[in-house]
Amino acid sequence: MEFLLAIMTGILYAAGLYMMLRRSLVKLIIGLIMISNGANLLIFLLGRITKGHPPIIKGSAEVFADIYADPVPQALILTAIVISFGLQSFAIILVKRAYKVVKTDDLDEMNTTDEEI
Amino acid sequence: MMQQLLLYPLLWQLFMSIALMFAWQHINIQRVMSIVGSAVGLVFSGMLFYKVLVYGTQTIQAGGWEAPFGITFVADTLSATLVLLTSIAGLAVSSFSSASIIPARLRFGYFAIFHFLLLGLIGAFLTGDIFNLYVWFEIIIISSFVLITLGGEKAQIEGAVKYFTLNILASIIFLTAIAVLYGLAGSLNMADLAVLIPKIENRGLVKVAAILFLIGFGIKSAVFPLYFWLPASYHTPPSAVAAIFGGLLTKVGVYALIRVFTLIFVGDVLLDEILIVIAVLTLFSGGIGALVQKNMRKVFSYLIICHIGFMIAGLGMFTELAIAGAIFYLIHDIVVKTNLFMISGIIYRIKGSNNIKSLGGLYKEYPKLSLLMTIPFFSLIGIPPLSGFWPKISLIVSSFNTQNYLVLGAVIFASFLTLIVMAKLWSEVFWKNPVDLPKREHFLYFNKMTTTRKLQMLLPIVFLTGVSLYIGFGAESIQQLSTRIAGELMNSQQYIEAVMPKS
Amino acid sequence: MKTIILRTASNYLLPILLLFSIFILLRGHYLPGGGFVGGLIASIAFVLHAFANGLKDTKKLLKFHPGFLMPVGLALAFLSGLLPVIGFDEAFMTGLWMHDPIPVIGSIGTALFFDIGVYIVVQGVTLTIIFTISESA
Repeated sequence: MEFLLAIMTGILYAAGLYMMLRRSLVKLIIGLIMISNGANLLIFLLGRITKGHPPIIKGSAEVFADIYADPVPQALILTAIVISFGLQSFAIILVKRAYKVVKTDDLDEMNTTDEEI
Repeated sequence: MMQQLLLYPLLWQLFMSIALMFAWQHINIQRVMSIVGSAVGLVFSGMLFYKVLVYGTQTIQAGGWEAPFGITFVADTLSATLVLLTSIAGLAVSSFSSASIIPARLRFGYFAIFHFLLLGLIGAFLTGDIFNLYVWFEIIIISSFVLITLGGEKAQIEGAVKYFTLNILASIIFLTAIAVLYGLAGSLNMADLAVLIPKIENRGLVKVAAILFLIGFGIKSAVFPLYFWLPASYHTPPSAVAAIFGGLLTKVGVYALIRVFTLIFVGDVLLDEILIVIAVLTLFSGGIGALVQKNMRKVFSYLIICHIGFMIAGLGMFTELAIAGAIFYLIHDIVVKTNLFMISGIIYRIKGSNNIKSLGGLYKEYPKLSLLMTIPFFSLIGIPPLSGFWPKISLIVSSFNTQNYLVLGAVIFASFLTLIVMAKLWSEVFWKNPVDLPKREHFLYFNKMTTTRKLQMLLPIVFLTGVSLYIGFGAESIQQLSTRIAGELMNSQQYIEAVMPKS
Repeated sequence: MKTIILRTASNYLLPILLLFSIFILLRGHYLPGGGFVGGLIASIAFVLHAFANGLKDTKKLLKFHPGFLMPVGLALAFLSGLLPVIGFDEAFMTGLWMHDPIPVIGSIGTALFFDIGVYIVVQGVTLTIIFTISESA
């Protein structure tokens, strides 16, 4: 399982980077989405994958004796997903605006910022 | 109530942005609220600064969960100082933007987002948890995306695409670094990590995490090979937005670098050497970039990059004196860079252009204003006794002591380049004979503004100039402050003990 | 996509989905669920309605701009975090709980109000984004 996830993370990072290096704006966004999913998967993987119970100690017991699943990576991934949800929706709107204003989706044509004004 | 003082600057900005959202359409109310609110925020930050100065490092465990498990907020002297400076710059820019930004932009919730940005900045300075730092960075970049695209001009959108892509990439790299760090140490609390990381045997992976942090924060603080988003985007938004960006956004990256590399990854010779090389190249490339630009705000953008190099150099040499110099430069730079972008905003309002070829004769038309503007110009160059001069002494002395002659040369060369750039700006913008510019229709020129609006634009500049004059003439106290900060950073034990008592 | 089937179905689905979203919101303290997911489900209900009946009808149904939900939800979440600071001199975001659970609802704490705030904010943000995209298309 770990091995598969590691391969998957690598593929997501590589594919994301490849997409980001394309010149199309849409592919840029897809690349960003892939690479951030790769990062989420990496957190999940590095948080140790154990099948266990939620780490909630019963009122009567002193310590948690069972195998437990670490809840922190899940909380981190949830936060990261929520944040990337906001960022990606902003990115999509921005790309749409950029396509309307600049009238191209080729990143090489976006040179206005380098012109002397 | 006063035990919670640490969070008040933070909570106040959150309160401000929510209150401003309720007054969405009423921009006159928003203007007054934002200025008054920023002033109150400054009072809170001043109180926190005073408390930290007198009683030492303050901590709060959010939600009452104890240190390595919950999210900790820590205010040591560095954090408190930067929060104070953020509030100072925030007050100035709030007043400046209420006059200089056109109502059409203000109606899209400019002020609410602006206070959200300040919230993110203060949160990033105060947090003691590395993942929480990531969250604050995201808050900063989301609000800065909105601010940079507000208005939707062609150049702005294009600049935003570049800014956006590289900043998100930086965040993802930062997140990857956090993942590696959590996998290694199983903790996210920075004080806890400072204890755990030196004990880890897998040094290679620790080094990988460190390099990932360096790249992530390096993009954000615009160091040498990673700075290209900055000059492509910082001159596109209105000058008030550029002022808060130029003054504070890159400095958060520098703060994060300083925090991570003095607390968590300490004593790695390779890293220090990498930092020094980066610093030297940043100083060179930023300075030379500034030399060839013709747009005033692009010149300042390149100077931001150039001067980031001073701070990174101080961090790279890693002696107490060098870090004190870097901190002093950070304090000076926040005030002066914010001021410079506001000055470029006023010049834009006077002339309707920011191209230095088509400007001129400003000294003849506005002699008093020009004299006011000289002070931040000279502070930036570092003419003694103004504020840019003192930190360079510390940097140069410590580069002698540690025999980093490359840094010595780069510091002097970059100062020299800054001098040339500013002299060129001065002669082109202020002394050259005025160039006849075509009058722009529907453009609010400075001399057609009401007196209140003029004062709203001028007073922040006077205020920040006063602050940088204080930093220059009161250099003794600032030097003591930065030495104290450097002492705290070099001896991280007190930070750890403040977060986790009797560990 | 104005088919009769979808239109009729969405009219019945809207209240059911909204109810389901509140169910998800309330079970979220100990079980999977919570404000974020609940808010997403609620906004999906409105998006489905907009797909079937057109954006205009959905806006008429909502009666106010969804952007207004953002400050309301933020204020609710902020106040529930602030209550321990002001009232009890505890750290920000400390969970305060009522001693005796109320019948049917269970015990009420600040966490519930924080989650309701999140629920409202998520609805506001999602609907604003989707309305903006579909308006300018």
